[in-house]
Amino acid sequence: MQRLLERYPPAREHLLEMLHDLQDQNPQHYLSDDAMAAVASYLGLTLSDVKGTASFYSMFSFAPRGRHIIRICASPPCQLLGATTIQAKLREKLHVAVGETTADGAFTLETTSCLGVCGVAPAMMIDDEVYGNLTPERIEVIIDKMRREDEAS
Amino acid sequence: MTRRLDVLVCSGAACVSSHSAAVRDALFREIESSGLSDEIRLVETGCMGPCELGPVMLVYPDGAFYVHVTPEDASEIVEEHFLKGRPVKRLLWEDPEARRIVEGKKQVPFFEKQKKVVLANCGRIDPENIEEYIAANGYEALGEALTQMAPNEVIQVITDSGLRGRGGAGFPTGRKWQFVASATGGTKYVVCNGDEGDPGAFMDRSLLEGDPHAVIEGMTIAAYAVGASRGYIYIRAEYPLAIKRLQIALAAARKAGLLGEDILETGFSFDIEVRMGAGAFVCGEETALIASIEGERGIARVRPPYPAVRGLFGMPTLINNVETWGNIRHIILNGADWFRSIGTEGSPGTKVFALSGKVQNTGLVEIPMGMTLRELIFDIGGGVPNGKRFKAVQTGGPSGGCIPEEFLDTPIDYESLKELGAIMGSGGMIVMDEDNCMVNIAKFFLEFTSDESCGQCVPCRVGLRRMLDILKRITSGNGRMADLDLLKHLGKMIIETSFCGLGKTAPNPVLSTLKYFHEEYREHIEEKKCRAKVCTDLITYHIDEDTCRACGVCAKNCPAEAITGEIGKPPYVINEEACVRCGTCLEVCPFGAVKLESGAL
Repeated sequence: MQRLLERYPPAREHLLEMLHDLQDQNPQHYLSDDAMAAVASYLGLTLSDVKGTASFYSMFSFAPRGRHIIRICASPPCQLLGATTIQAKLREKLHVAVGETTADGAFTLETTSCLGVCGVAPAMMIDDEVYGNLTPERIEVIIDKMRREDEAS
Repeated sequence: MTRRLDVLVCSGAACVSSHSAAVRDALFREIESSGLSDEIRLVETGCMGPCELGPVMLVYPDGAFYVHVTPEDASEIVEEHFLKGRPVKRLLWEDPEARRIVEGKKQVPFFEKQKKVVLANCGRIDPENIEEYIAANGYEALGEALTQMAPNEVIQVITDSGLRGRGGAGFPTGRKWQFVASATGGTKYVVCNGDEGDPGAFMDRSLLEGDPHAVIEGMTIAAYAVGASRGYIYIRAEYPLAIKRLQIALAAARKAGLLGEDILETGFSFDIEVRMGAGAFVCGEETALIASIEGERGIARVRPPYPAVRGLFGMPTLINNVETWGNIRHIILNGADWFRSIGTEGSPGTKVFALSGKVQNTGLVEIPMGMTLRELIFDIGGGVPNGKRFKAVQTGGPSGGCIPEEFLDTPIDYESLKELGAIMGSGGMIVMDEDNCMVNIAKFFLEFTSDESCGQCVPCRVGLRRMLDILKRITSGNGRMADLDLLKHLGKMIIETSFCGLGKTAPNPVLSTLKYFHEEYREHIEEKKCRAKVCTDLITYHIDEDTCRACGVCAKNCPAEAITGEIGKPPYVINEEACVRCGTCLEVCPFGAVKLESGAL
């Protein structure tokens, strides 16, 4: 963790970058108290300051999440073209509500603000990859494929 | 042998999501195995525009525009087109209106009416290759500015061009530059606002992905003009591809001596760092963005002093939007008069729009200012699909408004849209048809802004929440007519008293729909009716006795077990109390016996 922090000069302007890195590096994709304490001590800030800043931003998580993070777009262009059905399909397929993680720890379902691919709405992002023109059938295919790939590795 | 064909495969984020990379790989293999590698140049470009047709590709000089290409099509394209010179007709873009095969990119109406200035390189060059950018006159404007123009001359050209900020508010860019140039203070900063947060907006993403050097060049020219030595590009974390391409571009520019120390050996030094957001819409507001770059909570700061005087790290700071930066090099190269010859008197130049929602051709378009909404939505956008009726277009995202059909002939410029109670905004255009409920749309935007409110000022934090409560009441059938005046009153107060731009514009979607779609609000309240049949509390499903064949499919699929009946003995019946109004029965009934109604009770 320390090595990761030392890639940046100890200046507050790098706080968000450090938080992003720490969250990405955590296998459960979240910011642990230990991680935030390490940042605080590296930057000479209080833990409450670091936590207060991190909690302002919706992309930081403070509880463990799944191996893959599914973020379904909740913006009007996607809503107009059926994102509600897609979200329902994901909830049904994964047996979770938005904000929850599947029992096997594979997926966390979240919503996101506009992904900027409205031309292929409805859309979602799994980890860093964008999926567009979604249908309930495609959700089946995508999730099944990821499950298979996960098992294989 | 000379290169015979340029094959451009779109790799904008929308096409990537439709597996454009697999298409490129398949083409690459086929070209290799056909021994055409020396004759054909295969390039991955930024967004070409018509996203819903992706993956798309373009072959020059033939001008063949292929849509919905799959990896399996690669061998046919290479064999028929590249080897034998016969474009593959079944993959060429078919104009949905005329039902004719259009062979050249130029003849497609989608492209015909556009004027590409900022997007000129998007979809034509490889954004990860600086040489292609330079070959398209890239960094020529920077060279000209640094070697032949004094800083104040650069500012004068930008001022004379009449360029206005493309982030939404339309502040004169030259004037902003002048403020920063005149400001005194140690280090000055140049910032690119790439926190494109409006739902339905993807112009900035596309430009950063498709032509990152144009943004870098614009910022560097500005840095020279205002005397800045450091720059930041703030991008939202939802755009990993844009971040990656930008970082590649920055490294290449540094290596080529176009960024960093002693640029083009002129003694001028300037460098840029990328900063990533973390999911906060308010960071698109310039003072909140500054706070976020500094590593703080993204909370807006009081203005004045404006960032031009006291901005990033307390220093004079020039902030412009991505598309504004994309205009700079063209103005320097072609002059202020050229720029003024495009668009209108008060809003010169072009504007990039992201068309989405209920429109045939979704995607990215660039048009001269002054074109009417009708031309944009119907001629370029191809109108509303599936024979549905146009209802409204939403411009400016959560800060904008909904414009009804009667104003479709309004020219698109800053003032005209503002007069209608909408705003130009950053360029999102969400088209809505008869199936969309305007009260529900207003509610959505308010949910969004009240959720994204940073919470520091009461009008925005509490006021928006109150407006949302009222809208929820109306859409659930519990509204009162007096609520409408209350909404207007609250909205006006929030606009007048909020601290920053988020609150000052957040009531617009409600106020504009109240103005143009008052009747729909009235129906929700007085008749408990949602004419678009969207608001779930106001709709009922029932099974038509005469049409029902008692197959039992509805009951089997109903997640709430709200449908009862016996196979072979029609009709099945929906229990109103248990029904969750998910619409599954309507979708699965093979006989169309399930009916959806609103307000008929």
